[in-house]
Amino acid sequence: MDKLILGRYIPGTSIIHRLDPRSKLLAMLIYIVVIFWANNMITNALLLFFSLFSIWLSGIKLGFFLRGVRPMIGIILFTTIFQLFFTGGGEVFFHFGFLQITRVGLNQAGIIFMRFVLIIFFSTLLTLTTTPLSLADAVESLLNPLKPLKVPAHEIGLMLSLSLRFVPTLMDDTIRIMNAQKARGVDFGEGNLIKKIKSIIPILIPLFASSFKRADALAIAMESRGYKGGDGRTKYRLLKWKSIDTFAILVILIIAMLLFILKKS
Amino acid sequence: MIEFKNITFRYVEGQESPTLDNVSFHVKRGEWLSIVGHNGSGKSTTVRLIDGLLEPETGEIWIDGEQLTEKNLWTIRHKIGMVFQNPDNQFVGATVEDDVAFSLENKGVSHEEMVSRVNEALELVGMIDFKTKEPARLSGGQKQRVAIAGALAMNPDILILDEATSMLDPEGRLELIDVMQKIREEHQMTVISITHDLDEVALSDRVIVMQGGKIESDSVPRELFAREESLIDLGLDIPFTTSVIKDLSEKLDFSAAYLTEKELEEELWGLLSKM
Repeated sequence: MDKLILGRYIPGTSIIHRLDPRSKLLAMLIYIVVIFWANNMITNALLLFFSLFSIWLSGIKLGFFLRGVRPMIGIILFTTIFQLFFTGGGEVFFHFGFLQITRVGLNQAGIIFMRFVLIIFFSTLLTLTTTPLSLADAVESLLNPLKPLKVPAHEIGLMLSLSLRFVPTLMDDTIRIMNAQKARGVDFGEGNLIKKIKSIIPILIPLFASSFKRADALAIAMESRGYKGGDGRTKYRLLKWKSIDTFAILVILIIAMLLFILKKS
Repeated sequence: MIEFKNITFRYVEGQESPTLDNVSFHVKRGEWLSIVGHNGSGKSTTVRLIDGLLEPETGEIWIDGEQLTEKNLWTIRHKIGMVFQNPDNQFVGATVEDDVAFSLENKGVSHEEMVSRVNEALELVGMIDFKTKEPARLSGGQKQRVAIAGALAMNPDILILDEATSMLDPEGRLELIDVMQKIREEHQMTVISITHDLDEVALSDRVIVMQGGKIESDSVPRELFAREESLIDLGLDIPFTTSVIKDLSEKLDFSAAYLTEKELEEELWGLLSKM
C-alpha cells in the first residue's frame, strides 16, 4: 500500500496547497479535457512545461510524482507498444512480419504515453496537495448547483466523507480479522488460485458483518446527535474562494484556449 | 425532569420475556443517576427509549413536562446529549473538531458560535491539542473524550452516558467525571450514566439496579454498597473498603458495612485509639 501515491496527502504551505479545493478540482477536470486535445509536439511540450511548473510551485519533489507513475508503468508501456506496432500509415521505418513501426504509429505512441504521464502527474498533484476531507467538501459544493435536478449533493458529500473517515478503521479491522484467522490456522496466499480465493472468505464475511454493525451504531449515534438530513444544517468547515482561485482558473482557461488554437485539426 | 411511566418494550414482537417489563422511575433536575446491572438487563434499552431512538410498546415518557411523541422528538433530542460505548462507531467527523461540531451543525448554530463552542468543549475534556487530528490517530480513550466533548458542546439539559467511560484508564475516568460534575453544578445538568465502575457509582446521587428488564432496587450508593456479596451478582465489584472491613471484622467491630475510604480511615484511627 505504501507504493500507492495516489490518494496520499503531503502537508505544505505552497500556493497550490492554499488554493481552494473547488478551484483545484475544477482546474483538474478542465485540464484532463485539455490533455486530450494535445496531439502534436508543441501542444504536448506546452502541457509538459505547465505540469512541471505547477509541480515546482507545489514544492513537492518530482520524485514523488515519478513514484506515482511507477505502479502504472506496466499498463502505460503495454498500450504504448501496442500503438507503436499496430498503427499503420505513413512512412514505414521498420518491418518484421506483421509488426511494423510507422510514422503515424510512432506519433500515436508518443501522444498516448504523454497523456498517461500528464494525467497521472496532475491528478497526483491534486491529491498530494489537498486533504481528502476538503476534496469531499469540494465535490459536495460543486454538486450543489445541480440540486434542482434532484442530485443529492449533501448525501453524496456525507457519504464521501464518512467513507474516507472509515477507511483506516476498516483497514484495522481487516488486519485484525486476518491475524485472528491466521492464529486459527488459515493460510493466506497459499496453494492454487481457487484455494487462494477460498481463503479470502474467512476475512470477507466477518468484515462485512462488522461493517453492518458499525453502520448501524453510527446511524444511531448520528440520529441521537440530531442529524435528520441536509436541510437546516450549518457548516463548520467553510470553503473560501479567493482571488488566487479565480486566477488559477483563468490560467487553466488560457492554457485551454492556447491548446485549442495550436492543436492539429 | 424525566418521568418513565410503566414502560414495556420488546425488540421482537412476541418475544416471551419483554426487554423492559413495566418499568417506572423518575429523575429530578440536576440529579446524577447511575444505572447498573448485568448485560441484557435492559439498561441500554432504557436510555435509548429516553432519547426516542426506540419506541415503547406501552407506557409514557415525559421529559421536561412534555410527553415524548413523534412530533416533539427532535426538539427533545436537542436537549439530550448521548455518548455511547464504542467510540469508533460514533465518530462521525473526519477530524476531532469536525466531530465535535457535528451536533451543532445539525442544530443550525452559526459558524462563529460553533467555533467558540467547539474550542470550549475540547478544552473541557483536555483534547484541544488534538483538534485537527483524525480519529485513526487517537486511542480509544481519546476518542471517548471527543465523543463526550461532542455531547457537551451542545449544552444539553440531560447527558446520557452509555458506558461512555469504559475505555478510559482509572485516572482519566476520574478526571472526566470531575469535569462533568463541575458542568453539572454550573448548568443544572441531569446526568444518567450506565456504568460498571464503582467510583462512578459512588459519586452519583442515586443508583438504579436493573435485572431481567425490571428495576431490582432504587437506592443511594451507600445503601447499595452495604449489600456486599450480592453486588457481584448485580454485575458490580465489592468496594475496596468493604472487603477491608470484611477481612478485619473478626477482630474489629465496625460501625457500618460500607464506609468511604476517608470514613474507614477515621474509623480505624478511632478503633486504634481505643485499643
